[in-house]
Amino acid sequence: MDIANFLIQLLNSVQYGLLLFMLAAGLTLIFGIMGVVNLAHGSFYMLGAYLAWSLASKTGSLALAIVLGTALSVVFGLAQERILFRHFYRRDHLDQVLLTFGLIYIFEDLRSIFWGDEVHGVTVPALLGDSIRLTDTLSYPVYRLFMSGICVALAIGLYLLISKTRLGMKIRAGAFNHEMTEALGINIKFIHAIVFALGVGLAAVAGMIAAPVSSVYPNMGAQVLIMCFVVVVIGGIGSVRGALIAALLVGLVDTFGKVLLPQVASMLVYVLMAVVLLWKPQGLFKQ
Amino acid sequence: MTLAASRLEKLPRSVYVVLALALAALAVFPFVATDFYIQMVARMMILGIFAMSLDLLQGVTGLVSLGHAAYFGLAGYTLAFVMPQDHAASLWWTLPVAVGASALAALVIGFVVVRTQGIYFIMVTLAFAQMVFYLFFDNKVLGGSDGLYINFKPDAGLFDLEDKRVFYWFTLAVLLLVYGFLRRLLFSPFGRALAGIRVNEHRMRAMGFGTFGYKLSAFTLAGALAGLAGYLWGAQTGFVNPELMGFHMSAHAIMMVILGGMGNFAGAVVGAFAFEYLLHLFKDLPTVGGFDAGKHWQLWMGLFIVLVVTFAPRGLLGALDRLLGGFASRQTRKNENVETGGEGLAHE
Repeated sequence: MDIANFLIQLLNSVQYGLLLFMLAAGLTLIFGIMGVVNLAHGSFYMLGAYLAWSLASKTGSLALAIVLGTALSVVFGLAQERILFRHFYRRDHLDQVLLTFGLIYIFEDLRSIFWGDEVHGVTVPALLGDSIRLTDTLSYPVYRLFMSGICVALAIGLYLLISKTRLGMKIRAGAFNHEMTEALGINIKFIHAIVFALGVGLAAVAGMIAAPVSSVYPNMGAQVLIMCFVVVVIGGIGSVRGALIAALLVGLVDTFGKVLLPQVASMLVYVLMAVVLLWKPQGLFKQ
Repeated sequence: MTLAASRLEKLPRSVYVVLALALAALAVFPFVATDFYIQMVARMMILGIFAMSLDLLQGVTGLVSLGHAAYFGLAGYTLAFVMPQDHAASLWWTLPVAVGASALAALVIGFVVVRTQGIYFIMVTLAFAQMVFYLFFDNKVLGGSDGLYINFKPDAGLFDLEDKRVFYWFTLAVLLLVYGFLRRLLFSPFGRALAGIRVNEHRMRAMGFGTFGYKLSAFTLAGALAGLAGYLWGAQTGFVNPELMGFHMSAHAIMMVILGGMGNFAGAVVGAFAFEYLLHLFKDLPTVGGFDAGKHWQLWMGLFIVLVVTFAPRGLLGALDRLLGGFASRQTRKNENVETGGEGLAHE
């Protein structure tokens, strides 16, 4: 592998890692703060991708589709939190697994009713359609750099929100101790709704910006959900920093595995997970 | 905790009378039914064995495995590998080999997964099952995404499994054996230790139980029994594919256990029957005003699951228990309250 090819694979793995981080951060926040296992998290990613395709083909602009799609999915997430999830915060994980598995079925079927079962492509906006030349023979698409940029911007925003703002302080307090936080007069219901909407929003945005690269297809949610679980398990549940590092690690192992050891590539990340668990059963950054 | 509150280890005699009648009906069913329904009910019984194996983890030990289908599928695949193309191999060695393969996989994976707890356990079991799934899905040597055919039913010597009725009764016998074995196990010192781990693992460890060893044994045994079911499935359908070990199959098993009622193994079987029947029912729905309701069985199944988990946490046997139980069930509930109370105290 020459330097330029190595650089391309490195950029690809960082881009994939950052995308996984967007999803895993939502999953780990929702679990860490509300204690809810959300198997339907992958469905929000799928929803994002389908919204991007649908809105972009109607409005003709991916940027507009992303803005509208984010708003729609956040509203959708809030409604679900209010109607369903809030009844399950104090219930057993088993009940949450069942509830969210039922939701996967419902979302998959609704997707099939509204959008059909075909694979759809989403065109990269003209502005971002170019490639950057790395050497005479190799170039890298601008859109992938743009994806990474968006993810980095959102990750920094999330970090600032949680560690620097008043709302973030309340979120951290809520994760630490529900009763005490409520006793201090903080509206924990409001915090839950915000966190849930944040998680859904991040997953949907990830789906929307990934749509032009991965195309839009049924079952895309389940695949990404399982990778998210691997990331959360490696990083340590509830830890956003752990999710970031684990996501980048998984991105590296997966991308370079496909190039260097294609026969066993799909298993490598699970091997990585097994090794981490043998060494640290609670993940790398258990809080 | 719902886990403790929804367990139905001891049922009133009246519930057992209903179950015994159902069993008698099952035994004579092949005399009155068509081939289609004989095969359908045999499939339900196989899934009942699979659900019982999960119940040992989920209802008894309190370990929710979201990857149990891996061991189910592995035994089916093992049968496909060892069955020759041109003649039937003997049941008496292919069955132990297939069950052994599942047990070995469960032992190795269990060594890593039982170190984790709660939600971690759920995620890690899913991830490992997915690893097994992709191993078969991506590998042409192992059949790839298309799966493998099994041309012959295993040769049992004494009786002919190619006969659909004989296969049905054989499955029923295995179902009863597994049920009897698991019930004995439940009230043995080993089974009591597992139930103790569900209620409070810290307390069990403080009392000197090596909980890791107990949990690993339960995980391996559950894997082996799931393999037994998977072997029967492969033999019955003559075909295995990666879907057998997929995420949906594992989640279905969890659903069956919950739907029937956890912790007494009969519930798992009832749940498997009810779940398969519902799938059949939803897939057969008619087209109404241009809308093919049967094609959208996932929507109805999803809505059904959401409704059940929201409103009926104790499952079908729990409901039957309440309907028939009277004094006996009040007594059971009182015992449960004592147990949950104990757990609550230990957490404070």
